[in-house]
Parts: sequence; C-alpha cells; structure tokens
Amino acid sequence: MNRTYELMFIVRPDMPEEDQEKLVSTLESAVTSSGGSVKSMEKWGKRRLAYMVRGFHDGLYMLLTVEGSGGLIHELERRLRVTEPVIKFITVRIDEEMKRMDKIKALRDARRKVSATSAPVADAAAPEAPAATA
Amino acid sequence: MTDETRASAPASERPMGDRPMGDRSGERRPPRPGGPGAGGGREGGPGGRKFFRRKKVCKFCTEKIDAINYKDVRLLAGFVAESGKIVPRRLTGVCTPHQRRLSSAIKQARNIALLPFAGRAS
Repeated sequence: MNRTYELMFIVRPDMPEEDQEKLVSTLESAVTSSGGSVKSMEKWGKRRLAYMVRGFHDGLYMLLTVEGSGGLIHELERRLRVTEPVIKFITVRIDEEMKRMDKIKALRDARRKVSATSAPVADAAAPEAPAATA
Repeated sequence: MTDETRASAPASERPMGDRPMGDRSGERRPPRPGGPGAGGGREGGPGGRKFFRRKKVCKFCTEKIDAINYKDVRLLAGFVAESGKIVPRRLTGVCTPHQRRLSSAIKQARNIALLPFAGRAS
C-alpha cells in the first residue's frame, strides 16, 4: 500500500551543515531500503519557533516528502525520535488531500472549458472567445 | 444570520449609524472582523437594537482557496486570535467545512511550533 506522507522535522539551530546532510542522507537511504521513494526534500532554513522546544527558540525546518507504506513511516519516526539533534517532528499523510485537490482542479478546468466553448456558440462574433480556447 | 438581514433595512432608513467606522472596517475584511468590534455590536445599541452588519462570507469559498495547509502560516495566522486561540466561525464567517479543515490545520501547525498554543510567538 503506497501512500504519500510529509515529514516535517525541526533540528537544533546549531547543527553543523555536514551533520544535517548526513542526517538527511541516512533518512533517504532508510526510505529506499524499506521500499519507499523520496519525492522531495526541502530545507526551510532557520525559523523562529512559536514556543520554546527543548530550550531552543529557533530551529532548522526540514520537509521530507516520501512515498511508502505505514511501516516505513514507523521506521522513519523511530529514527527521528532517537536522533538527538531532532527536536520536533510531525508526519502528515497528504495523498488524499492531493487527490481531492486534483479533483477540484479537474472540475474547475472542465467548467472553464465548458464556458469557453459555449461562449462562441452564444455569440459567434465575439473575437476574444477563440483566443480564450487557444 | 437572519437577524442581520432583518436589521439591515432599518439601519439603511436611519443613516445615523451608531458606529460607522467600526462597522465599515468589520465588513471590509471577512477574516477576523475584530473580535471586540463584533462583540460590541452584539451588546451595544440603544434599546437592545442590533447594529447593521453585512452578512459575512467564507473567505475560502469566495476566494476559491482550496488548500488549507498547516505549512501556510500566513493564512492560518489570520484565523488565530492574539491569545493563540482559533477564532470562532461566528466571528470570521468561515463556512463549516472550511472551518473544520482550518482548525485541524491550525492544530497541526501548533504541533510543529509554527503557531503558538497560547500567547504571542515571542
């Protein structure tokens, strides 16, 4: 069962660059070894935390989008929990939301197409109508 | 909402608005029309008369915002009060389905320290 998840985690702000890279690469290798795939990896950089977490006011936000099963997420969360510099993380399942968004988008596009095609029928003299469909 | 539409007719008859400035600012911006402003409108007015307030409309429906995501802090922050509380639907005018998704997004954002649980982000 492949699902898409988003893992957002915060590492302590004083973590060196190479350690961050190492952490990310270990996570990515963990994903691929358990049969998942990394869709994207994003670094938000340093951000102020809304409240103090483990004595820190700032944190480096990372966003990892992953496709895989629940077991993979379980493994990733375990790794994040035992990794000392990671101060907070959240996993959100996003495939259903993505599906919903695609549906809305398709519906909206279809509606736009219908209105674009019906416009020339209504008044054939309208010069903008062909430009809109093109 | 019905009481607002009913109240609109007498308010237009009487141009002497009780609080024209406060009302105007409230209706221009659907999200957070000012908690205290709306509260004052409810209790104020001579003889228990209600102020005219335009019917609020859901920001997400009118502006066709589909994605209510916990990462979109700027959007969510508009629906969180100074104290960190989620602003109720009756003040913001957000429709029920959107408020439901909004509240879960705000809670996720709180979890990852993008929004405060209580108080201002220091």
